[in-house]
Amino acid sequence: MNSPQQTVGSAYFITESSQKEETHTLSVLVDNEPGVLARVIGLISGRGYNIDSLTVSEISHQKHISRITIVTFGTPQVIEQITHQLERLIPVHRVYDLTAGGPHIERELALVKVLGKGEARLEALRLAEAFKAQVADASTGHFVFQITGRPNKIDQFISLMKPLGLVNVARTGIAAVSRGAEQI
Amino acid sequence: MVREITGAEMVIKALIEQNVKHLFGYPGGAVLPIYDEIYKQNHIQHILVRHEQGALHAAEGYARSTGKVGVALVTSGPGATNAVTGLTDAMLDSIPVICITGQVPTGLIGMDAFQEADVVGITRPCTKHNYLVKDIDDLARTIHEAFYIASTGRPGPVVIDIPKNIQFASGPYQTNKKIAHPTYRPQVKGDQNDIRKAVDIIASAKKPVFYTGGGIINSGPAASKLLRELVKLTDYPVTSTLMGLGAFPASDRHWLGMLGMHGTYEANLAMHDCDVMINIGARFDDRITGRLDAFSPNSTKIHIDIDKSSINKTVQVDLPIIGDAAHVLEDMLRIWKDKKPKIDTKALAAWWQQIDTWRNKKCLSYKQSREHIMPQYAIERLYELTKDRDTYITTEVGQHQMWAAQYYHFDEPNRFMTSGGLGTMGYGLPAAVGVQIAHPDSLVIDIGGDGSVQMTMQEMATAVQHGAPIKIFILNNSYLGMVRQWQELLHEERYSHSYSEAMPDFVKLAEAYGGVGFKVEKPDELDDAIREMISVDKPVIFDCRVQKLANCFPMIPSGEAHNNMLLGDSENIGSAIGEKGKVLV
Repeated sequence: MNSPQQTVGSAYFITESSQKEETHTLSVLVDNEPGVLARVIGLISGRGYNIDSLTVSEISHQKHISRITIVTFGTPQVIEQITHQLERLIPVHRVYDLTAGGPHIERELALVKVLGKGEARLEALRLAEAFKAQVADASTGHFVFQITGRPNKIDQFISLMKPLGLVNVARTGIAAVSRGAEQI
Repeated sequence: MVREITGAEMVIKALIEQNVKHLFGYPGGAVLPIYDEIYKQNHIQHILVRHEQGALHAAEGYARSTGKVGVALVTSGPGATNAVTGLTDAMLDSIPVICITGQVPTGLIGMDAFQEADVVGITRPCTKHNYLVKDIDDLARTIHEAFYIASTGRPGPVVIDIPKNIQFASGPYQTNKKIAHPTYRPQVKGDQNDIRKAVDIIASAKKPVFYTGGGIINSGPAASKLLRELVKLTDYPVTSTLMGLGAFPASDRHWLGMLGMHGTYEANLAMHDCDVMINIGARFDDRITGRLDAFSPNSTKIHIDIDKSSINKTVQVDLPIIGDAAHVLEDMLRIWKDKKPKIDTKALAAWWQQIDTWRNKKCLSYKQSREHIMPQYAIERLYELTKDRDTYITTEVGQHQMWAAQYYHFDEPNRFMTSGGLGTMGYGLPAAVGVQIAHPDSLVIDIGGDGSVQMTMQEMATAVQHGAPIKIFILNNSYLGMVRQWQELLHEERYSHSYSEAMPDFVKLAEAYGGVGFKVEKPDELDDAIREMISVDKPVIFDCRVQKLANCFPMIPSGEAHNNMLLGDSENIGSAIGEKGKVLV
């Protein structure tokens, strides 16, 4: 009881959480109105939560509903807080924790620009074929590959391209839905 | 064809339809059309404040003392930015407030126009919701929706930013139709199975405690009545947060006093040692819990809250119930009366005996002085001489606020208005104006400190202009007392900038504003002066010179647990906090 660890502290007592951090993918359905993304992002930055990836796009034009997919990490307690805090925002319809909800599909698209000549250029093209990446643009001096798939597949492709003349990457961030017949 | 009216007319019409009687505001370029409409009507009385922060605090005081929505009207740019402190205050204390802000014409937004500010951007994190109205057809509906959002669920402030060209534009008025909001649906009814489980847990308790908060007051007078009934039925002890004072009568024998950093010994020890904790409408704030890893280690915790995000935010609870306090308490009482559970009366008697030994510590006793007025004594006398009247108390923030919470006793809800969450110095004076406007015949007292009252002193002019005979009761010790107390505690009595050398003559100041001033320095003059203050039908500044170095006890020192309290000046408070604790404060 009297170890120094426990006797110090402050009025703002900061407890080291013993919980492990987890990565979660959240799907947030919102009214597509001006400022809604600012509300979501402001809440996350204001309360000190983390964002690994964030995508947003309108999914129902008639109902003006957008889907925001957020990949975040934190302890289970923090993840629960993020979910409930997001639900408090007035234009938020629902927040689904896809990671907690069970199996789900995550996909991402990347455009990868590689400069090179000779053997390195041929190797880049061969690897692109192996990864089922498409050539979106090319000249005698460069390729732009378009690759889709799981984020770790894209990570792997990018790291392979590094020694082969990689100069630029643009990634969309994750789009995700649950597996099976559920409507999430 | 439907008759079209201007946006400015719509604002007033919508406010009248929402049954608004008073509006706290300050005019300026971007709200002139609305002010022109105010001039033309007699339904709504406008209270001219002297600073926009005052308008928001007055609206808060109005809201908290009536249960209605408080409304403020300010201009664009600096008008809106001045309102931000009040909005944040209302956000943290869950007070229903509507703030209408003027905005530059839509065509000028983003052009850095004169008195332009991104008000929805600035107020997004400090409001429950906010709107920028860009289309006249949305205006009336938006105002009605704002009232709905501000006053339901967990209440809070809502900003409506209205560009000047929208105030001039014309359109058809929409009445307040009850339509289900597409996304906002607060949950008021608790889960019946969980309430049944809660009844079983509560009934089987051996060392129970009710821990109640502002949620009961926000829920309305019915919740306070139901809480009283539940306590009577169970014979369990009750403590409350600062925000919840008055929901349960302080004169009742089940009352333990306030809990937390400056709470009573018996309340904090009961929280620490209890085996069942029933939290109703409180949020495990850090001023309440102290050290989280030592907070009530052996209790089963039930948490009733209307806001899902309050659950497990800081303290992990065993049984959460999402719902409005009154609804859940009503269901709980019904199930209790159906089940008629047997309480372990033997264990309960032992628990009360334990509580009585804690009470015998008399943690609120202090050393009386014949020379100086002790601040605690001043509050005690104020209480004794005003308790039989229809009295409302507001406070500023600091030592005097804690003394007010400890020594002024509240038996009814909505009688105590104080800035709890944000801790806004300068809250009490304008809040008192708001309370007095709502209750013109009641006695409204702002218990203040010499530091706080000078932050919003200009609202004395508002009080005089609008005939609001508020009583500003200043515990004047020439120090920023709470800052000084912490410097004594943490920084070896190095009183860095906590002493005010140039104190104004408060009596002359009161007279300069057109009010009445009193100055009292000796304990034996106090009673007569308070009586005289009450009898004056004008705003009063009461300069009560108190012992300068008094500390506010009991106190849970930095980073300590509930069962490790400082009780009085005899203890060595300088060494009460560890080295690391000092860094973290």
